Amino acid sequence: MRTTRTSRRQFGTGILQLLGASLLAGCDQLSQSDWVAAVLDRAEGLTRGAQTAILPRRALAPEFAESQRSAVFPGNGTIAPSESLYQALARGGFADYRLEVDGLVTRPARLSLADVRALPSRTQITRHDCVEGWSAIAKWKGARVAALLDHVAIVPGARYVVFRCFDALSEGGDTYYESLDLDDARHEQTILAYEMNDRPLPVTNGAPLRLRVERQLGYKMAKYVRRIEVVDHLDAIGEGRGGYWEDRGYEWYAGI
Amino acid sequence: MSGTGVGSDRRVYRHALPTRLSHWLAALCVLVLVMSGLQIFNAHPALYWGDRSDPGRAIVRLRAGEAPDGGTRGITEIGGRAFDTTGILGASRDGGEVVERGFPSWSTLPGEQWLAMGRRWHLFFAWLFVLNGAAFCAWALGRGHVARDLWPTARDLRGIPHSIADHLRFRHPTGEAASRYNALQKGAYLAVLFILAPLIVATGLGMSPAIDAAAPWLPAMFGGRQSARTVHFAACFAFVAFAGGHLFMVAVTGVWNNLRSMITGWYRIDPSEEEAPLADD
Repeated sequence: MRTTRTSRRQFGTGILQLLGASLLAGCDQLSQSDWVAAVLDRAEGLTRGAQTAILPRRALAPEFAESQRSAVFPGNGTIAPSESLYQALARGGFADYRLEVDGLVTRPARLSLADVRALPSRTQITRHDCVEGWSAIAKWKGARVAALLDHVAIVPGARYVVFRCFDALSEGGDTYYESLDLDDARHEQTILAYEMNDRPLPVTNGAPLRLRVERQLGYKMAKYVRRIEVVDHLDAIGEGRGGYWEDRGYEWYAGI
Repeated sequence: MSGTGVGSDRRVYRHALPTRLSHWLAALCVLVLVMSGLQIFNAHPALYWGDRSDPGRAIVRLRAGEAPDGGTRGITEIGGRAFDTTGILGASRDGGEVVERGFPSWSTLPGEQWLAMGRRWHLFFAWLFVLNGAAFCAWALGRGHVARDLWPTARDLRGIPHSIADHLRFRHPTGEAASRYNALQKGAYLAVLFILAPLIVATGLGMSPAIDAAAPWLPAMFGGRQSARTVHFAACFAFVAFAGGHLFMVAVTGVWNNLRSMITGWYRIDPSEEEAPLADD
């Protein structure tokens, strides 16, 4: 009796170890397969649907006191664009910088920084949550994207706002871009920031203009914004997933 | 619970179908969530308190450093004190070489550093975990499973010191007493269902910038977003500790009988053991 139990136990343990090992190897295999990625992807739609349904559309991200700001606000991703066009503009203090706004708009525009500063603005002290896990708090001032969209008068049928940037994360690689739906683009706290902590936006953090989308993760907040395009679909841009990191497997809806 | 005589031993129907289904689904979810969670943690292997992650103010940090021989060593910093944890934390073998890595590749999903895929696994199985848990709790509360089998009786509470002593001596209920949960078991299951699971979900949601906009009190309840992240991590290891204890108890009280009862529902009671004196009587 005792021996049968022991050998049964050893057999059982062996089976469990085998199961464990094949599970680990299996999960790595599964990560590589397209259909698994597609199934796991369903969670993004569920999350977005649930958050859109439950959360008030106009809810504001928490804002903080001056004293709660981070001593140093990290620069992540590109921190010094190497593109010659960008460097020439930076050397001139962005005096020759023009923000292009076009696509599905009635009045395409080319705006200088002074023009952008003349748009209705908002100042907010908010927490930046990176997809990697860290958080930092800073004070941002910028033009409301809603005001910019009104300025160029988007046409009916427009659905997304695409932010195209100067920088490529790797030498000669794809340039950074991001996109928002109109709800998030028109949100009260969605701004094109030109000031951080009461000073002109530093190059590390995206000079001359960076996007702030306070209810989503950091990678949505494109730095070094060069051009804004209003579109009705995202398929034709990049790999068609709506952003640089989205094209590399991250969620387009980055609310969690 | 109904009993039926089968030859020399007796079988009792110990686990209802919803219990068995949700148990195995939860087990799968916890395994995937822990491993993909460690993958996500590895993207920034440090924990903080408050709303910010100020450099130099980490409570716990895993990092790599240079070993005296020029190689890479793994360092775990806890409250400013550094420990050499080469091979497991901070730096471990990935492929052939020792490289900088929070948790080792055998503990993460996927094994290689791949945050985007780790998030997909994590968020998908988080939904499954929540829906499964909610369905089980609704069933267990509605059909009286919690009140009948999990809520400690007055006798259970009086017997706690005795039960602790028995657990420490590896003396476990046999016979009829083994067909119901003992006091410590009930406590552990209730704590996981109604404290640990809600805590890990709340701290997970507290890290969402969208949820934080609608419910700023959620991260505030834990002391800030980074605190919520730290509590989420601690709760994860509480789950790992529970799973370890659970598997240990399963092993020492009979792997096959336990495994069979959680698959088919039927638990075998050895009549020869039924006459043994029971500690909790």
